[in-house]
Amino acid sequence: MDLLEVKDLHVSYGLSKILHGVSLSVKPGELISLVGRNGVGKSTTMRGIMGLTAPKSGSILWKGQEIRGRKPHVNAKDGIGFVPEDRRIFSGLSVAENLDVAKLPASEGQQLWDEDRVFSFFPDLKQFKDRKGGLLSGGQQQMLTLGRTLMGNPELLLLDEPSEGLAPLIVADIAEKIRELKAAGFSIILAEQNLDFVLSLSDRCYVLEKGAVVYSGTAQELRDNHEVQDKYLHI
Amino acid sequence: MTNRFQIYVLLVAFALLLILPFIGSRYSVELATQILIFGLLATSLNILVGYLGAASFGHAAFFAIGGYACAYFLTTLGWPLVVSMIGAVLLTALASLVIGFFCVRLNEIYFSMLTLAFSMLVWAVALKWKPVTGGDDGFVGVAVPEYLSNYFTFFLFTLGVVTISMIVLMIIGNSTMGRVFIAIRENQTRASFLGVNVRRMRLIAFVIAGTFAGIAGTLLALYVRGMYPETAFWSQSGHILIMVLLGGMHAFIGPFLGASALTLLEVTIGQYTEYWQVFVGVILVIVVLAAPEGIFGLVRSVTKRLGGQKDDDA
Repeated sequence: MDLLEVKDLHVSYGLSKILHGVSLSVKPGELISLVGRNGVGKSTTMRGIMGLTAPKSGSILWKGQEIRGRKPHVNAKDGIGFVPEDRRIFSGLSVAENLDVAKLPASEGQQLWDEDRVFSFFPDLKQFKDRKGGLLSGGQQQMLTLGRTLMGNPELLLLDEPSEGLAPLIVADIAEKIRELKAAGFSIILAEQNLDFVLSLSDRCYVLEKGAVVYSGTAQELRDNHEVQDKYLHI
Repeated sequence: MTNRFQIYVLLVAFALLLILPFIGSRYSVELATQILIFGLLATSLNILVGYLGAASFGHAAFFAIGGYACAYFLTTLGWPLVVSMIGAVLLTALASLVIGFFCVRLNEIYFSMLTLAFSMLVWAVALKWKPVTGGDDGFVGVAVPEYLSNYFTFFLFTLGVVTISMIVLMIIGNSTMGRVFIAIRENQTRASFLGVNVRRMRLIAFVIAGTFAGIAGTLLALYVRGMYPETAFWSQSGHILIMVLLGGMHAFIGPFLGASALTLLEVTIGQYTEYWQVFVGVILVIVVLAAPEGIFGLVRSVTKRLGGQKDDDA
């Protein structure tokens, strides 16, 4: 059974329709990615799944149960972890405090993420434990946003543009961390514009254009399909 | 929002206050009593303003409910002091739960306006419910027990109650809950997708703030030996808000400093002129413009410059 199944999702902001029937699915332990240019609805899809932007119609099945219209905090407690784009940490709280506010008990059968485990996963963060979040570098903030979401012990991670605005070396670090998380059994949805980053990590890819899925296939299939790449991904 | 520096300040203040009744005049002890009560009141409001980021314009309502309830239980019903105080505080907690239930649904100015509306409702009840509150004349003659009826013992009693309340508030502020309040102040959406039930946490903060304002209210009723409708009036709420802003809302001890400074200013300038409010107003404008983080922010930046310490506070 799919861990998450999204069927025909429609989302509007006010009068402007952003998503015109997006469908996708994630199996346990799978890493799928949403690719496409800026403004095609990658973030909106994630916000819709998380409950941050209420979908107009369609269906979101989480472990077979309909969760469309559920509040974000309920989804977070039920194992869906959202890592927003541009690293939205709490700048007035220290690193340790940022982790503390996001602490949620694990559902059964999962290894518990706590402060120690986050610090051993991101050793860089440990030395800045008491530093205010706003004083961290971009890469450290990205680690903190990810670590903070892990404190909620999710089963599915929604990663929105984790490579955005980071130096290539840091991007490689983040990619390695995502690979480790996948190996640890996390199911992951990754939204990205950076195609190399996506292809090196994903099992399957969904290409979005104007709020709809225009192509889906394995990472290898997308790598070989230059027609789709030229039409929807290259600038 | 609390650090070692602030804890030292509090300890020194506590030590000075503890010896004050043995060396100070009756006037200074009574003034200190008043400062303690308003210091606690301002600190309770700061749970909403400084931590949660929700400016209540109606905090005086809970101050008044606590005071009237304590006066009524103690005098009209003849309950013992401790039972009256606990009863009054529980009633205030219940009132803040009911009022908060509606208020926390709104944000920003809408939240502030609704708190203002509820406080005016409380004021109207205090004014019109004569059999219980004494109406416009106020509740005169609170039956303060014999052992608290001199300024010396009442000061020590107030110091004890306020100290315990401040310690509890500090523990709350430094707990995960206090950090969640700050997270909500920074960004509600962000807090919500990390699993925080924002509305429920806002209600909890509202009840905590109201309850401690109620404790301050019971002390006021005993101190003044009466309660008057003006206690719930909107200008009183504004007064508390000014204490918070004057002292600095981003430090735990800021509001307490603000309450001390404002009370002392009013009393001192009031000795020279009946137009003291003009002078207090001018001083406030200067402080707010020159030190947006309040008196605490000003003190902190001076001690930092002198000591060359690194930035470690909120």
